[in-house]
Amino acid sequence: MSKVVDGLYYAKSHEWLKVEGNVGIVGISDYAQAQLGSIVFVDLPEAGAKVTMEAEFGAVESVKAASDLLSPISGNVIATNQAVIDNPELINQDAFGSWLIKIEIANPSEVDQLLSAKDYRFISK
Amino acid sequence: MFKYFPHTENDLQAMKAKIGIRKTSELFRDVPQDVAFLRDYDIPLAMSEIELRKHLETLAAENKTHIIFAGLGAYDHYNPAIIAQLVNREEYLTAYTPYQPEISQGTLQYIFEFQSMVAMLSGMEAANASMYDGATATAEAMFMGTAIAKRNKILVSATINPIVIDVVKTYAHFRGIEIIIVPMIDGVINREELLNLITDDIAGLIVQKPNYYGIIEDYTGIADQLHAKKAVLIENNDISTLAVLKTPGDDGADIACGDCQSLGMPLAFGGPYLGFIASKKAYVRKLPGRIVGQSFDKAGKRAYVLTLQAREQHIRREKANSNICSNQSLMALYATIYLALMGPEGLKEVNEISYSGAHYLYDELIKTGKFFPAFDQPFLKEFVVRTSLPPDLIRHVLDEAGMFAAIAIDETMQGMQMLLNFAVTEKRTKVEIDRLVAVLGGLSC
Repeated sequence: MSKVVDGLYYAKSHEWLKVEGNVGIVGISDYAQAQLGSIVFVDLPEAGAKVTMEAEFGAVESVKAASDLLSPISGNVIATNQAVIDNPELINQDAFGSWLIKIEIANPSEVDQLLSAKDYRFISK
Repeated sequence: MFKYFPHTENDLQAMKAKIGIRKTSELFRDVPQDVAFLRDYDIPLAMSEIELRKHLETLAAENKTHIIFAGLGAYDHYNPAIIAQLVNREEYLTAYTPYQPEISQGTLQYIFEFQSMVAMLSGMEAANASMYDGATATAEAMFMGTAIAKRNKILVSATINPIVIDVVKTYAHFRGIEIIIVPMIDGVINREELLNLITDDIAGLIVQKPNYYGIIEDYTGIADQLHAKKAVLIENNDISTLAVLKTPGDDGADIACGDCQSLGMPLAFGGPYLGFIASKKAYVRKLPGRIVGQSFDKAGKRAYVLTLQAREQHIRREKANSNICSNQSLMALYATIYLALMGPEGLKEVNEISYSGAHYLYDELIKTGKFFPAFDQPFLKEFVVRTSLPPDLIRHVLDEAGMFAAIAIDETMQGMQMLLNFAVTEKRTKVEIDRLVAVLGGLSC
């Protein structure tokens, strides 16, 4: 059974979003990392890039698959996690501790379209 | 010993019975009648061995074995006998990339060695398991460049072989990539115009060395100009010449690509040839096709595996940056044996002898007074000259003399005069060159 953290927002495409003021922190869920298996590469946008809700912003590659990363929210990328780029296996070790990008949220109301931990727990069973 | 056994009649019957059909043709009943081939194949009756041999000898006798002084991307370099002997070994004779490392260590190892030698020759950090040919390798390099820069406009030098440009344009068209041709001046890329064209929305620049006219272009500084705009430099090379020329790595190129036919591969009416593609390590995940990596098996012994496949079409589907899911394995083996046989010194010598022959031919042609320099630029084993002699006449007398040379490459560019290509490899002797000059020097308009 995969871990789901309360207080975060979730996308159906298995990304999580943590909201801190007008900043959104994005990662992939424990369920997603378990499905992908051993992650070997993460392709992330540079700071300054524009991301759109439900649109591709990068990709994550495991030994058996490659998946697009879809942004749970729209806005501008303000930071990327270099530690995860350097050591992609960090995501396997701790999916919720390994954020990928930080976004300056453009439209806070988009959050309402995301799943709660309770709903996500249901779909990621 | 055969590795492959065809199905027996009993096998086929059992399979048909299992799925409930009587005739094989029932498998194809979903094919619409109007597109199905329903006629007889109309294949002539079988011949006896004696008849067949005679028939094939008659056909073969229609071939002309001319002495070749032609280049433009395919060269008459020597192919050592040992290569054909080795590539035809049953263990090696496959066109395909192996999936199972458990049974394919030999194949994987030579691909790894091919990659290593391509990387060494090109001065790049990583190379893939090979491409179909130089033109498609260049088009794939363009895809890499546009994916790296995340821009969809790319500059292409006018001094690239037009056949390569055509292939690049075809690939670009269906990917929505805009091609901008950078004009040339005196046979080389126009640096002034280039500088104006390197803007913030350009993914990169594709150049060729030696270029279409055989000229060794100097690309010093171009990589810096591109990198300043976060664009990439892609160099197309005749791989054999990299043994003596500044490598794409020396030029600061991000991607190197080109044809490997010059590694002693038979001209064979245009193929099969072999392409290569190599890049800086930072772009290894954008390299198309297969990459073989060196690893260790569970006993800790050196072992080879296919690596970095996750980007490929069968996993990434329409998001894949390339649709190449294989390599040109047999010809990659050919190139690997050739390079191992020649070694760095041997390959250098091939270039030096070709260089001497080409420069001797050039000087002698100019001396006849019928041919004139087209450009004042350095060249290696091929060059172009101008002439007013009619192309039909040249073709005719050379054919009569048993020679294939002087391909007209541009009949309009230099006004009334024509540009002719000549190439000389290490196979051409002084006697052959002198004969060519005597034949052409004796012509009059």
